[in-house]
Amino acid sequence: MTTKPATANTRDSVYGAANLAEVADTGEHVVPDLPQEPVIEATDLNVYYGDFHAVHDVNLAFGRGEITALIGPSGCGKSTVLRCLNRMNDLVIGARVTGAVTYHGQNVYGPKVDPIEVRRRIGMVFQKPNPFPKSIYDNIAYGPRVTGMKVDNMDDLVEEALHSAALWDEVKDKLKQSAYGLSGGQQQRLCIARTVATRPDVILMDEPCSSLDPIATSRIEDLMLEMRKDYALIVVTHNMQQAARVSDRTAFFTARPDETTGNRTGLLVEYNLTNRIFSNPDDSRTEAYISGRFG
Amino acid sequence: MTTTQIKPGRRREEGTRVLDTGQNHERNAGSLAFLVALWCSLAFGVLVLLVLIASTALDGAPRLDANLFTEYSSTLFEEETGVRAGILGSLWLMVTTAVMSVPLGIAAALYLEEFANPTRWYNRLIEVNLQNLAAVPSVIYGLLALGLLALRGFRQTSLVIGGALALTLLILPVIIITTRESIRAVPREIRDGSLALGATLWQTTWRQSLPSAIPGIATGTILALSRAIGEAAPLLLLGVATGIRFDPNGILSQFTALPIQIFTMSSQPQEEFQTAAAAAIIVLLVMILVLNGLAIYIRNHYQRRW
Amino acid sequence: MAVLRAAAFVSVFTTIGIVVSLAVPVVNFFGKVSVWDFLTGTDWSPNLAPQSFGVLPLVGGTLMVTAIGLVVAVPLGLGAAMYLSEYASARNRARLKPILELLAGIPSVVYGFFALSFVTPAVLQDLLGMEVGFTNALSAGIVLGVMIIPTVASLSEDAMSAVPQALRQGSFAMGANRMQTTLRVVFPAAISGIAAAVVLGLSRAIGETMIVALASGSQPNLSADPREGMQTMTGFIAATAGGENPVGSTSYNTLFAVGLLLFLMTLVINVVSIALVRRYRQAY
Ligand SMILES: Nc1ncnc2c1ncn2[C@@H]1O[C@H](COP(=O)(O)OP(=O)(O)OP(=O)(O)O)[C@@H](O)[C@H]1O
Ligand SMILES: [Mg+2]
Repeated sequence: MTTKPATANTRDSVYGAANLAEVADTGEHVVPDLPQEPVIEATDLNVYYGDFHAVHDVNLAFGRGEITALIGPSGCGKSTVLRCLNRMNDLVIGARVTGAVTYHGQNVYGPKVDPIEVRRRIGMVFQKPNPFPKSIYDNIAYGPRVTGMKVDNMDDLVEEALHSAALWDEVKDKLKQSAYGLSGGQQQRLCIARTVATRPDVILMDEPCSSLDPIATSRIEDLMLEMRKDYALIVVTHNMQQAARVSDRTAFFTARPDETTGNRTGLLVEYNLTNRIFSNPDDSRTEAYISGRFG
Repeated sequence: MTTTQIKPGRRREEGTRVLDTGQNHERNAGSLAFLVALWCSLAFGVLVLLVLIASTALDGAPRLDANLFTEYSSTLFEEETGVRAGILGSLWLMVTTAVMSVPLGIAAALYLEEFANPTRWYNRLIEVNLQNLAAVPSVIYGLLALGLLALRGFRQTSLVIGGALALTLLILPVIIITTRESIRAVPREIRDGSLALGATLWQTTWRQSLPSAIPGIATGTILALSRAIGEAAPLLLLGVATGIRFDPNGILSQFTALPIQIFTMSSQPQEEFQTAAAAAIIVLLVMILVLNGLAIYIRNHYQRRW
Repeated sequence: MAVLRAAAFVSVFTTIGIVVSLAVPVVNFFGKVSVWDFLTGTDWSPNLAPQSFGVLPLVGGTLMVTAIGLVVAVPLGLGAAMYLSEYASARNRARLKPILELLAGIPSVVYGFFALSFVTPAVLQDLLGMEVGFTNALSAGIVLGVMIIPTVASLSEDAMSAVPQALRQGSFAMGANRMQTTLRVVFPAAISGIAAAVVLGLSRAIGETMIVALASGSQPNLSADPREGMQTMTGFIAATAGGENPVGSTSYNTLFAVGLLLFLMTLVINVVSIALVRRYRQAY
């Protein structure tokens, strides 16, 4: 069973007992107080968009086999932090990053590191499902093809990726059809499958359920829990219940207006086990936010 | 609820976590070759433009003299032939075309943008029709003008009014389309603000939408005219001849135009005519450049950005 | 109001005018020549006895010159569009696009002169050492292609710029580089808009008159060799128009018959292009 009974209850009500038994199969999920051997670590991370100081001094560590939720009010820099981790911010003109991000101890922003290599190891799923205007099959095969992965049998790889995103049964008869024919929830799971196909070991998700209905949402939450043991999952969410249900750790951000310029700079308020954040946070701002949004 | 079986994906093996692979995927051979190819595509057009201008200027330089501007075309004194009649004819043609096409184009655009009910079949017909007319070859407009004048019983079709008719029909779709875009660019708040104050749609259009859109309309119209002034095909159809040896003096005057003279002289075997054609091209290009410069000036100095 | 509406209807009257003004002479023409002979005949000599009105040589010339033009304009136009849309900064795009569009502002008679006085003698004959005549389809086609580069580039650029940023981000997040994103995601996503651009370029090429009138030759010539001179439909119209064509004469009517064929061809092409644009507008 998971460490949080609340999780089980919620899913129980949606899925029924049969599914719960399967989840229980995966065994005890114990989370240490601090991530052991973090996969990704951000140290004194500052982000600027031109002159605008978007994020101030963030320190975070993300472990394998854990789901970390990033929460906080709109505009506090959650997406910004997330995009720094796989260097998607390099694509934003005028964005500048200081501090360090390490992946298995290697500096992601090192002078000899190609951001494309980073992105091949750290996958990303976006807020709105963004399948390519291609067939379902080609959507999955896209990553392995462009990254030049040595693939013995692409069909097997596609099937495996679709299985791992719990989409295989729904699409196995229409692999050659356009991905645009899928529902929003299916498209989002396709995007997860597409990411999994390149074999990352970290997957970043920026509000992956915010455009989905509750049933599609709980399917994806289910999927995240299932994927947890293989990846470090980092999820931005505005949905407190979702953070409480799926995440092991939670980082709470907020934005503080600069006294002179009035610009709102994001900062990390508190990072802790999800249980602690939601039951007994250290910081009063966290408490206010949680109780305002959750209680 | 289906109970889809979830199989775990395979994750990255230990050995493949090194970030510094020594590769740069934006600068591998394929990517660089691709980028160079894109650069060349862009540069090719610019290069041709430069070569065209340079080679024409070199060809025509010897004839950029006073005779070119003061003399009529001459087959006797080839080295002194001039394009006076063509320059004046083109100016007459341009002004007449502007006078005919601008009010018509603006009126049509206003109707379509502000008054027309787009669900009515006849308004949709106009829309579709406009889109199609914009792509009809200019030579067809020449046939149209020729046919129309023939139906009206005109014997002589190479008149300023005939040429202007063909060019008006040619550029009308362009003027309508750019005018509509300018009107559409006027923010709704300005119109709605006026309407909310109790102004009628007419007053709003006349006092608000149209004045705000004028720089855009002017820019689009001048660009359309600069295209019209270089057109030769429709005029050719009307039988506009090169050898006119008098200044046009009205819209019912016979005339010749610069592009027509360029065409005729280019087709002549004599070296002198080739040189004169190149010189005349320079004159034509300067006229077009002035019009384009004017359009850009208006766009940069008067066009408001909302 | 009524005045404005009347102005708007001028466009419709224009179309009706085109059809009517073409129709009368064309009906007369087909009173003399059978439609079948016109469309399938391979001998075009409307002025010399024995007269013959097989339009295929003219159509062949048009297709040849147009094909050469597209071979030049499509890759170069697409390359320029890809650069502008996917690689150039906003500032460079704003600077480069107008320069490219200048190419479309040059009058076609000037291009014709350029083909005659520079491309054929300096490029084809001297530089490439080709055995081409004074007028030939190759030179006309190349210059025609240059002229329609901006048409292809501009519309393709619009289509590619309209591809949602989310697709590019998705591709980059998968570890693709810019070339892969451009070729494998943006290009296919914009394909119907790009097709519309090419089709519009095609219709421009078919209808272009002055370049071919000057540089492509005035002999009807059904040949597959682009180094030969060949007259196109528009070339015939331009050449015949200059002469004396009393209303109602055979040469006058012939002019309109070829004109109608040209009009119908561009109309069909244009309808296709509009349908393609509509499709890509709906795609996202
Ligand atoms: N591309 C950009 N250019 C300039 N400023 C940006 C850019 N992206 C984000 N910002 C600014 O950075 C700050 C943080 O934005 P970010 O998108 O990271 O917030 P967020 O926490 O993800 O908000 P939300 O919950 O609404 O998604 C905001 O003030 C935003 O305006
Ligand atoms: Mg965000």
